[in-house]
Amino acid sequence: MSTRNIGDVILKVDNIDLSFGVMKVLDNISFDVRQGEIRSIIGPNGAGKSSLLNVINGFYHPQQGTITFKGDTRKQMAPHVAASHGIARTFQNIALFKGMSTLDNIMTGRNLKMKTNLFWQALHIGPARAEELENREAAERIIDFLDIQAIRKKPVGKLPYGLQKRVELGRALAAEPELLLLDEPMAGMNSEEKEDMCRFIIDVNDEFGTTITLIEHDMGVVMDLSDRVLVLDYGKQLADGIPDEVRNNQSVIDAYLGVPHE
Amino acid sequence: MIYRETGQFKSSYQADQALFPIKQDRYVILGILIVTFAIVPMLLNQYWLNAIMLPFLIYSLAALGLNILTGYCGQVSLGTGGFMAVGAFSVYKLMIAFPELGFIPLVLISGFITAAVGTLFGLPSLRIKGFYLAVATLAAQFFLVWLFNKVGWFYNYNASGMINSPPMTVFGVIITGPEGDMHGKYYLVAAFVAVFALAAKNIARGRIGRNWMAIRDMDIAAELIGVRPLIAKLSAFAVSSFYIGMAGALYFAVWLGSAEPTEAFDINQSFLVLFMIIIGGLGSVLGSFLGAGFLVLMPILLKNIMVDGLGTDAALAAHIEIITVGVLIIGFLIVEPHGLARLWRIAKEKMRLWPFPH
Repeated sequence: MSTRNIGDVILKVDNIDLSFGVMKVLDNISFDVRQGEIRSIIGPNGAGKSSLLNVINGFYHPQQGTITFKGDTRKQMAPHVAASHGIARTFQNIALFKGMSTLDNIMTGRNLKMKTNLFWQALHIGPARAEELENREAAERIIDFLDIQAIRKKPVGKLPYGLQKRVELGRALAAEPELLLLDEPMAGMNSEEKEDMCRFIIDVNDEFGTTITLIEHDMGVVMDLSDRVLVLDYGKQLADGIPDEVRNNQSVIDAYLGVPHE
Repeated sequence: MIYRETGQFKSSYQADQALFPIKQDRYVILGILIVTFAIVPMLLNQYWLNAIMLPFLIYSLAALGLNILTGYCGQVSLGTGGFMAVGAFSVYKLMIAFPELGFIPLVLISGFITAAVGTLFGLPSLRIKGFYLAVATLAAQFFLVWLFNKVGWFYNYNASGMINSPPMTVFGVIITGPEGDMHGKYYLVAAFVAVFALAAKNIARGRIGRNWMAIRDMDIAAELIGVRPLIAKLSAFAVSSFYIGMAGALYFAVWLGSAEPTEAFDINQSFLVLFMIIIGGLGSVLGSFLGAGFLVLMPILLKNIMVDGLGTDAALAAHIEIITVGVLIIGFLIVEPHGLARLWRIAKEKMRLWPFPH
């Protein structure tokens, strides 16, 4: 990890309050993510981890607080605006376009890179064809990177779970994001698939310099991968720091990691 | 088997992304085009062209339009009859007011007018989905038919409330109305359908088509990767209505020659076109043709077999025909809920691997 260079703060979340009716989901959460780092969010079920990601990419609108992304401070933004600013994500329950092939899913991830209008698209000549080919090449680079060449024409609905997770990562990568939000990228995987996914996450971070924020329950993975870890419990911020600090934090141990039986 | 891609290697993405990447498919399409434009008009007489080919082609165009909206973008619509009426009345008013523009441009303009109306009635889709949207589009159906009945300006205050297509020519041949030349009509409609089927296929495989399908399959994920639901849904309504409007214009001006809104464009039209795409295959250009073919040809075929072949009483035959078509629809949907196009695709997959399926 010596060669990695962690830059300035790219995302800063300040005093976020989010509630649905009387239920407070996020209570005064503040944290930041630095350029090029792998930042984890952990916590028990219902702690508000996914909600926090939903706030960051504009799907939930918090009642209080601000989000600063690349120096741009705002209270809320529409999801497609977040996408156009370079935030991409994957979902806890796979949210692929099931009727489409792997290739089409990844190509859809590049929709913001494509501009030709309906007229050219209907003719499929000139700029529309050039654009399609250009983006196909970019999509193929991601397919190579994730080693999913064999399934590029298969409908994703029929793929095994582990591969679907990989395709979903591909779709997010296709947008060439600056900040990649991964919601439990390893949930439900066996140890071999987990190893593969870890390698991809490290490679993405390493090769493309993509900043990654991820939610994960596998503590071994979290502690190995992360530069810094944020711990949530019932919408409150329990701890924030490098893995070793978090591991030894008494309130984190009490709430989440558990006390070893002597 | 003959249908197989062994030995056809692609060395560029362009070749891989071709419309029909497999050689045999290209031959089939070429064959269909030759049959459509050379052999059918030579073999079939006026009755066949008028009773079978014209409605088949025109309904295929309408089914293509609805398939763009429902099959590709996932927005259910029961307003097809109403939108066809918009196309028909637009072309009628335009033919009276601007005959000098020529028939083909007028059909296109009617399509654009319908696209605008369709986009307007598509606005509820931004808030509601599924069955609720279907009910909202039902409002379009009833409102538009009511409007064309109620406001005299649309039918030029004709005492009967009907609209009659004035004769117009394309390349010197009378195409519209009862005096039109049947072969000319057939060529014109076939050309429209061929051009716009190609356009639909192109749109479906590009960015806009993928965005529609993304909205259909998982709208939240689509939004989070930058697809704007507003633009995707309304553009689907616009393109879909454009096709349906042109189909309505051809239906009235070329095929029927005269029309009365309550009968020609009632709710049954909407259901008929919806059944076509369900039976043919949602989200498939081929499916639009198969569904239209099935629902246009099957009743005629049954009638011919029963009345001419078996000598059944005509009224009885009509009832049996309805029952049989219903049974066939249910049968097909049980065997393959994804439509005839899926059956065809499965058959192709099997053929490609035959005789070594493993």
